Amino acid sequence: MTDLLPSIATAPVEFVPETVPTAESEGLAKSISPRRMALKRFLSHKPAVICTVILAMMVLFVVLSPLTARYGVNEAIFPTTAERSNRYISPSSEAWFGTDEIGRDLYSRLIYGTQVSLQIGLATAVIAVFIGTAVGAYAAMRGGFFDDVLMRVTDIFIAFPFLVALLVIRNMLGEVPWLEPILGERTSIRFVIFLLAVLVWTTVARVVRGQVLALKEREFIEASRAVGASNFRIVTRHLLPNSIGPILVALTFTVVLAIIAEATLSFFGFGPQLGSGATSLGNLVATSKENVLSGHWWMVIFPCVTLLLLALTINFVGDGLRDATDPKLQRGGGRA
Amino acid sequence: MVRFVVRRLIWAVPTILIVTFLVYVAIRIGTDPVASYLRSNQRASEAKVQEYIEQNGLYEGFGGYVKGYFQWLGGFLTGDWPHSIKGNQPVWPNLKDAMANTLRLGIIASLVGISIGLVFGVLAALKPGSLRDGGINTTALVMLSIPPFISAILLQMLFGVYTQRWFPDASWLHLPVAGVYPPGHQGFDPVLMAKHLILPVTVVAIQTVAIYSRYMRSSLLETLNSDYLRTARAKGISERRVLVRHAMRNAMLPIVTLAAIEFGALLGGLIITERIFSYPGLGDYFLTAYSNGDFPELMPWMVFVVIAVIVFNLLADLSYARLDPRIRLD
Repeated sequence: MTDLLPSIATAPVEFVPETVPTAESEGLAKSISPRRMALKRFLSHKPAVICTVILAMMVLFVVLSPLTARYGVNEAIFPTTAERSNRYISPSSEAWFGTDEIGRDLYSRLIYGTQVSLQIGLATAVIAVFIGTAVGAYAAMRGGFFDDVLMRVTDIFIAFPFLVALLVIRNMLGEVPWLEPILGERTSIRFVIFLLAVLVWTTVARVVRGQVLALKEREFIEASRAVGASNFRIVTRHLLPNSIGPILVALTFTVVLAIIAEATLSFFGFGPQLGSGATSLGNLVATSKENVLSGHWWMVIFPCVTLLLLALTINFVGDGLRDATDPKLQRGGGRA
Repeated sequence: MVRFVVRRLIWAVPTILIVTFLVYVAIRIGTDPVASYLRSNQRASEAKVQEYIEQNGLYEGFGGYVKGYFQWLGGFLTGDWPHSIKGNQPVWPNLKDAMANTLRLGIIASLVGISIGLVFGVLAALKPGSLRDGGINTTALVMLSIPPFISAILLQMLFGVYTQRWFPDASWLHLPVAGVYPPGHQGFDPVLMAKHLILPVTVVAIQTVAIYSRYMRSSLLETLNSDYLRTARAKGISERRVLVRHAMRNAMLPIVTLAAIEFGALLGGLIITERIFSYPGLGDYFLTAYSNGDFPELMPWMVFVVIAVIVFNLLADLSYARLDPRIRLD
């Protein structure tokens, strides 16, 4: 019911029926490594594979922007003359996705905008996964009061309306004077990344905490404890490498969450404002709402579909990763 | 059971107090109420500003925050709410109307979404691994990935602009895209209201359907593969009865919990949909108050949202304990 995608928070634990191929059922019990097995399972998840290909193509397109973009981000496709205005030209061979209100090529702007959005998504996800992993693992190993407090805090974070938390914390961070030199203005990319990371690390922390709690009672941890390994070593050498699957899944869902959150912020006019014509996917989607009633359909369809495609493909890849690395499937013991 | 309920209830009170205090501090720091008061009332005299500060307890420093919080809390509980900074209006009437609108939208969308979602989930779980299952699963993930503002904009464009261009005669396809009633409408008209609700309800229900069908599928699958269901079948009970009396009842347990939590998130969770459809609900109320920095309007809103979240989380726990005899509480 919550407006903003509750992908991680409400994603149910997938129940996997018996028919999924396991090492035994394929007669590969002795020779296949868990990683190969995960890869095999991922490849058997058809939507995930298709989405990986689409996503890879989109990323390639965006990364190779000097080759793929046809105009600069702030460049009109031709100067307006008395005969011919460059405003709102519908899709044609000059501008594949049409032009905007000052004659800029929407196709090129989408490429630049997606670049910025992907940067924001990835940076947020990496920071959030880093903090979330550290805090989640610490809480699970330490237990007790710290763990309780963390759980209560994350409970509230998950149930509280995401957009409200985003807006209130945005204002708060903006008023803290000593953060200004580090984060810059409220409309800078750095500020938005930090703001999103502050909010989404809690979901990662919960995932990691659960994973560490489940793993730390296993025999191989006991064995390494018996030979005298420190807590730090156990976490970094045994627990985290064994939780890499769920962490990766959380990473993908965090990327989507961040991209959509950026778009939502921009939609309400609180997103990053990059100056000198630069744009983000969220900004492009935000301008689309002014073009709904005026009938400039290309200004609406293309940004919306791009964002949708991005969210969809990353979600499906995450779903495939989850199926591939689900510990429930690793029957006959994990990789100890 | 009684002890558990009482203990949870006793814990809920300090939780609400602590969270509302944190929210209070966050809003005090974030909106700077005095500055936004001056922004909205530029000709306010020194005495007026002082009166505003006194009324809202906007004292400086950490001690001032604590003192101000308790002053605000006292006023809130006794019904003595400060007036809004814009237009100096009482807060409760607006908040009440907004809440009624949001609840109407949210409850209808929940009912539609939950019923469709549960049917999808059951259909998928009955034939795991089939084409139908795969189709429903993929559709659900697609629906879950659609950000609400995208679906809202696309629906608005389709039904607000293009159906009128393409099918100028089919008036049933021309759906209103904003508000509860057309501008200038007076009085109560359920048909008109329902027509205005179609698109917002669709936007909200898309996500609800996806969430519930995924939950229902995994919950029912787990139940269907359990030992007690094999026992029920072995006793010779008909498949239909096995499904309805044994499997469904157990599979519904997590759904009830989920519904309670989701319902708690409803009040503050429809902001995006409401804003796009200019629907005068709590979301619209919040965004207006937020951009005005209207402290007297923001605080009651926050408190209601926080209380809803905490109380419905509590209800979720309690309902689970009440419905599932396997859970023992003491």
